[in-house]
Amino acid sequence: MGLDFEKDKPIYQQLIDRLSGDIIRGVRKPGDKLPSVREYAIEVGVNANTVQRVYKEMESMELTETRRGQGSFITENEERLQLLRDSKKEDLVKSFIANVEAYGFSKDEIVELVRREIK
Amino acid sequence: MIELNNVKKAYGYTKALNGINLRLEPGKIIGIAGENGSGKSTLLKAIAGVSRIGSGSVLIDGKPVSRKDAERIAYLPDADMFYSYFTVGQLFSYYKSQFADFNETKAKEVLDFLEVPLSSKMKNLSKGMRGRAKMAATLGRESRYYLMDEPFSGLDPMVRSDLIKGLIRFTDLERQTLILSTHEIREVEILLDELVLLKSGKVLAHRHLDEIRGETGMDTVEWMTKETKAGAAG
Repeated sequence: MGLDFEKDKPIYQQLIDRLSGDIIRGVRKPGDKLPSVREYAIEVGVNANTVQRVYKEMESMELTETRRGQGSFITENEERLQLLRDSKKEDLVKSFIANVEAYGFSKDEIVELVRREIK
Repeated sequence: MIELNNVKKAYGYTKALNGINLRLEPGKIIGIAGENGSGKSTLLKAIAGVSRIGSGSVLIDGKPVSRKDAERIAYLPDADMFYSYFTVGQLFSYYKSQFADFNETKAKEVLDFLEVPLSSKMKNLSKGMRGRAKMAATLGRESRYYLMDEPFSGLDPMVRSDLIKGLIRFTDLERQTLILSTHEIREVEILLDELVLLKSGKVLAHRHLDEIRGETGMDTVEWMTKETKAGAAG
């Protein structure tokens, strides 16, 4: 396989974003087992140390849990998952607003357009 | 752990290595980059123990390196050193006779993954196929250290991408370390933990790739260009 990565952002960070995205979209569900470090490294085409770091960071973010001898699992803590969804939503909207403001569009015309488009 | 302390090496009046100090930790994939003539090949030869250094010391796991370390280190030279009339299978038999750590089953597995027929003669293989066969022979060795000199040079992007996949699949960073020199940083950086940048036989920089991307906000090639220019000015 192998994925495309942005050149100026750490790869481990991009992989965390990708796995978080999988969780939000429901491609990976609460309680699902993540592939082993080695499997995932081969799947996405990066070195195993990078994946090791991704899993460690995700555990410290409490998005996954490591069960001894069994591997990493996506948390079943609904509260934490809701937080993940909320923060992704917020990031997307904030970056949208920043983009729009950079062009000098007024808030009112944007809100108006979003309402119309979203129906 | 590989340690180089003030390593110098000259060819005639040309200083190929001009006081290299370097610590390379085990369990990593480390890239050696730098312009032509910056000392990449000489550095790898010094670590592999195939070329005598002028002064300084090279320690591998605490012990000075010597020619005998060819047994501990799987070194893939840039040049075609293989007998052209060998088939790939005969090349593997030759490796088996030379290196106690050669695992023929693994070598064949790599060869199969890279889709090279065992029965082809080296001289009849295209450059890309020969590159794959050399990689298979090298990865067939169960060494603690793999040293590869320009393993991707002159190969097209498809072959490079297959070799990178092979390196990920067939090295085990829990017990192995991979050091490779390359010009193709853009395609290879995904594979690397660290990058050592050489200039005129000296270490200009030695950084973790996540740091380069995270702290400088530059991509690796931009960063290298800037460092190399700054190094030339200083």
